[in-house]
Amino acid sequence: MNDMTGAGDDALALLPELLLLIGAVGGLLLGLWTPQHRQWRVRVVVLVACVASAVTAAVGLAGEDRRVFEDLWVIDTTTGVVRITVALAVAVAVWLVSASLSGHPRETEAYVLMLLGALGAVALAASADVLLLVAAYLLASVPLYALAGYTKDARATEATLKYYLMGAFAGVLLLVGAAALVLAAGSTGYADLAAALPEAPAPLLAIAVLGVFAGVAFKAGAVPLHFWVPDVTAGTAPAMAAYITTIPKLGAVAAAFRLVDEPFADVPLDVPLLVAVVAALSMTLGNLAAFAQTEVLRLLAYSTVSQVGYLFMVVAVAGRTELAVPALAVYLAGYALTNLGAFAAAAVLGHARSIEEWAAAARRRRALVVGLVVCLLGLVGTPPTAVFVGKLAVFTAAWDGGLAWLVVLAAVNTVASLFYYLRWIAPATVAVPTGSPAADGSGGHEVRTMTTREQALTAPPVTVHALAAASLILGVGSGAWLAVALP
Amino acid sequence: MLLTVVIFLPLAAAGVLLAMPRLSGRAAAAVWLAASSADLALIGWMWWRYDPGSDAAGLVDGIAYEVDVPWIPTVDAGYHVGVDGLSLPLLALTAVLFLACAVWSLREPDRPRTYAALFLFLQTACLGTFAALDLILFFVFFDLTIVGMYFIIAGWGHGNARRSALKFFLYTFVGSLALLVGFIGLFLGSDDRTFDMVTLAKNPPLTESPVAAGLVLLAIGLGLAVKTPLFPFHTWLPDAHTDAPAAGSAILAGVLLKLGTYGFVRIAMPILPDAWRRWAMVAVVVGVVSVLWGAFVALAQTDLKRMIAYTSVNHMGYVLLGLGAAGLVGQADDEARTIATVGALYQMVSHGLLTGALFLLTGWLWSRGRTYAFDRWGGLARPAPVFAAALAVAAFGSLGLPGFSGFVAEFQIFTGALQAAPVATVLAVAGILVTAGLFLLALQRLLTGATVEPATGHGADHAPTRTAPHAVASAATATAARTPPRVRTEDLHGHELLPVAALLALALILGLLPGVLLDVFEPAARMVTQLVAR
Repeated sequence: MNDMTGAGDDALALLPELLLLIGAVGGLLLGLWTPQHRQWRVRVVVLVACVASAVTAAVGLAGEDRRVFEDLWVIDTTTGVVRITVALAVAVAVWLVSASLSGHPRETEAYVLMLLGALGAVALAASADVLLLVAAYLLASVPLYALAGYTKDARATEATLKYYLMGAFAGVLLLVGAAALVLAAGSTGYADLAAALPEAPAPLLAIAVLGVFAGVAFKAGAVPLHFWVPDVTAGTAPAMAAYITTIPKLGAVAAAFRLVDEPFADVPLDVPLLVAVVAALSMTLGNLAAFAQTEVLRLLAYSTVSQVGYLFMVVAVAGRTELAVPALAVYLAGYALTNLGAFAAAAVLGHARSIEEWAAAARRRRALVVGLVVCLLGLVGTPPTAVFVGKLAVFTAAWDGGLAWLVVLAAVNTVASLFYYLRWIAPATVAVPTGSPAADGSGGHEVRTMTTREQALTAPPVTVHALAAASLILGVGSGAWLAVALP
Repeated sequence: MLLTVVIFLPLAAAGVLLAMPRLSGRAAAAVWLAASSADLALIGWMWWRYDPGSDAAGLVDGIAYEVDVPWIPTVDAGYHVGVDGLSLPLLALTAVLFLACAVWSLREPDRPRTYAALFLFLQTACLGTFAALDLILFFVFFDLTIVGMYFIIAGWGHGNARRSALKFFLYTFVGSLALLVGFIGLFLGSDDRTFDMVTLAKNPPLTESPVAAGLVLLAIGLGLAVKTPLFPFHTWLPDAHTDAPAAGSAILAGVLLKLGTYGFVRIAMPILPDAWRRWAMVAVVVGVVSVLWGAFVALAQTDLKRMIAYTSVNHMGYVLLGLGAAGLVGQADDEARTIATVGALYQMVSHGLLTGALFLLTGWLWSRGRTYAFDRWGGLARPAPVFAAALAVAAFGSLGLPGFSGFVAEFQIFTGALQAAPVATVLAVAGILVTAGLFLLALQRLLTGATVEPATGHGADHAPTRTAPHAVASAATATAARTPPRVRTEDLHGHELLPVAALLALALILGLLPGVLLDVFEPAARMVTQLVAR
């Protein structure tokens, strides 16, 4: 009986998650005893916890793949990549959000909820059991409902309600899927499922696959469960939208990857085709919807929907090509960086809702425009940014996995996406006199205009530039990142 | 290492410019000039040290200044650059043209610092594309040229610049993604699973599956055809050229179009020899259609810049005719196919010099009169004799007059292609007649007869009201604007004449002493034809 040492080892294996949890709990406790104007202390605790989590995760990547806690929790490359990316992305998001939240009565609570949501995202990526997946789904969803409505205005309330109802619906579908899996295989562990599912009756399997993927697709914001994305994104502050559209997605895509790779690998249904169709629909519909947008945040929202399409391409070929895991590692990191950067650019001029207003407000800030151009062209996949390397890897992996048609479709969609990103880039870069920006009198600016402190003015622009630079560095240094991720 | 310095020196200069927001326009122009001159000097040094070997001719071995650093190890893509007989002259052409543009733009009044930085960025992208020996690296630089040129057209163009820039970006981006898909196909089809051009050329992929090879060639050919541009993918070109600033047009025509044709020689022919041989006739036909279409549509233009833009389609058609003929292995012997390849390569350099000069000269029309229309100008030989002489020389060079580089190029293309594709060659020669006609017509309309100059009243809206140190050119238009309807148009200024004269002199030297360039091109061309014949 070596339970004691085994459990100790297991607990230590979850050190990155524990650090996030300690950051959340410690931050909450500290916040209770900290005066309103000194809440930056909480922020420091939270940021330290995130960085420590990322560092321990990077150290953990060097170890070999294993499963802990009776095969509930996988620690492998995918988990490691999501751990690092999520922890660092949350740190950036907290830093970004702090600009609009510093001095806010519920500042601490926001940071704590953000960390808990991040923990949920990591749990999604690491779970190797359907019931744990359900729990992770809830952990990654519930804090976000509260965060989506943080500004407490009409738009935010409506968005939160929509988000919550849709989330509850998808959660029920996920539970139905989980129940169907238990019925079909008599177990919830991925390893048992992988062994038992190939003999299971096809209708039951179909319900299970569709239900589980509905939950994951909701978290990822993929078509057809993407309807919350534009409303939530546009209804909340840009910095918060950056968090909501980035963090859960990382976990959800990794979860989908693991599902296709393990329990659904040999089922008598064409699961890869299903995922490929979801990918095709996400990128195409996301792009088509983005064409008509005039609001900065709604445009970015639909751009994230189309980005999920590219991410799901690699999910579709999970386990069918050895190029899939590196592709996922590069694209997840690149997406997180670039998407946060684009949202940060929106957050710098948070009062500007439409593209014209943003461009007019950015007239005097050439450096900001340069940062925006790098981030948006990065989202298109222009070399040498990180998303370019990600797209290259994803396209290669998808083709190698037998989905050449999807690669062609994705290439066409990339061109289409260029069109609406240029709709933002062109007015921002080219000096063209625009009409006086229409005054937007909605009450949604209370929090955004609460930026009184010096730091509030510097955090978002610094974030834009840092992320734009990081996107280029990760693109050029993708070999080094892969060397870390795939030792 | 030296090559890396050559590639990234302009980018470093661009970074310096962007990092110094207080720099005056004149200082920015000086930085640009210094960086471009240094780059040209370094390439000159490389050329001087370069030994075009006979048994190691480049492409697969004998590559000079080679650097190979892994970049994305999982897909074996790397920073692999090098110089051989194919790339060296094009690197030199790039450096010459960018330096010419730097001199031409010395007095650029509109945001000179950003303008210079963009051109320097573009120079790095162009040099990198020509030096790349890795498909992904090639693609990276190839795509960056599009980004750089987009901002130049959108930011400093005139007329409907933003729409033209968008059209340019979208069209060429479609092309570049087709290219990327083709590259991925090469990667997956290769035995070694690599993006390295040298390895792929040594051991061509997809030799057992002609259908897949054909499709991959289609994707790559589509991508390069949009860039080149070939009929029917050329429709972005006239708009982009017409609305771009003069220096931007010169780079677009002189360097960026060559990226497409260079891709055919560097990638399509050596890496997909089977498919290229099988489909070489298509290349010949597309080339000849481009020659004729470009020539006849150019004839119909009422605007000098659009006309020159269409002659680019025509000239690039000759290149493809030569390259296609090089793939017709059954119909022609090695010698003829080598001559055709050399001619095609020669045409790239020649077109870069002559069309670069022509587009710079159109900038004179715009800066003096804000129009390129034939019917708004006339009899310019009297008020602007230097301009008239330069335009005449450039036009004669461009139509293929013996003594200029264009003649050497086209003569070799026709000689090499005649055996393999006689009908196509005869048709293409007819294209020369049309080109000759349209250039003579243009000269007649612009230079002879009674002097006609546009009233430059509306030119004032462009002339900046700032008191920057720019100014002879814009001061001239401003003066003109104050005293309508017209005043004497000023002739070419020193900083405008110098680059044009240098480009024309180079075209003349290459026409009279073709050996300088042929010594470098020929071994590489021979190697290309050998590789295609495998």
